[in-house]
Amino acid sequence: MSNLLHRSKAIYQQLRIGDWLIITFSLAIIFLLFQTLWTTERATKVQVRLSDKIYGTYSLNQNRDISIQGVIGTSVISIAQGKVRFSKSPCHNQYCVHQGWLVRAGQAAICLPNQVSLELIGENKPYDSLNY
Amino acid sequence: MQIQTTQHDHQIAKLAALAIALHMIEAVIPSPIPGVKPGIANIVTLYVLYQFDFTTAAWVSILRVFASSLLLGQFLSPTFILSLSGALCSLVALGLAATLPKRLFSAVSLSVIAAFAHIAGQLLVVRLWLIPHAGVSYLIPLFAMAALFFGVVNGLIANAILQQTQNGKSSE
Repeated sequence: MSNLLHRSKAIYQQLRIGDWLIITFSLAIIFLLFQTLWTTERATKVQVRLSDKIYGTYSLNQNRDISIQGVIGTSVISIAQGKVRFSKSPCHNQYCVHQGWLVRAGQAAICLPNQVSLELIGENKPYDSLNY
Repeated sequence: MQIQTTQHDHQIAKLAALAIALHMIEAVIPSPIPGVKPGIANIVTLYVLYQFDFTTAAWVSILRVFASSLLLGQFLSPTFILSLSGALCSLVALGLAATLPKRLFSAVSLSVIAAFAHIAGQLLVVRLWLIPHAGVSYLIPLFAMAALFFGVVNGLIANAILQQTQNGKSSE
């Protein structure tokens, strides 16, 4: 037991001031990373894009289906109980449909063949201040 | 034809062999979280950086990546590319970190910096080449946490080994 104490003391003494600085700095960075990348904020709106233009922004409070005429056909986006999904798509791989329901702010689904994409937006978009 | 080898080459080979052995041990032990590995072979790189110089450390590290991938049958596979990009990034970071004053920064600092650079290089390759999707960013905090933890642990081990070598030298 005393050996263990002695060991941990030896480890403590090995660390120099720069080491502590680096460890503290890293912890701060990790904390920031968790805060920015693990947003559990529920989305309130969905922004739909058709090729490079914004097609429309819809609230998630209203249940509705949106049909969009894309490049190769009609994509259907469903909004229900604060969730969004691609419910129909003319593309052959159906990746967008298989992505399922999206809830969190920042989530996105893209249908490349039809050039339709949707992005969920929360109450406060992180880079909103830049738009001012 | 015979290649002339120097004493220094033999030393590099021996140290690289040690690093390869550690890499192999690590490859056998299953990791609780996929993609998270302690990277104990980097202790050797740190040791070499302190005992020899940066060039030797770079040789040992790159040799370890190539030889281990050949032994594991992963040469030129995505795993190998990830391993190489991680090693190259952490070498660059180590090269820069080695200029930090030794009085204030021990091997722990270098190990943590190298671990962060390693994971940054790997994630960059993953994001640009393997999984070009924003979902990768979700994993960054977890990997960063692992990098800090194993960086500190490896650094402490390197410190202990370096201290023992120093003691051995002074008692001789």
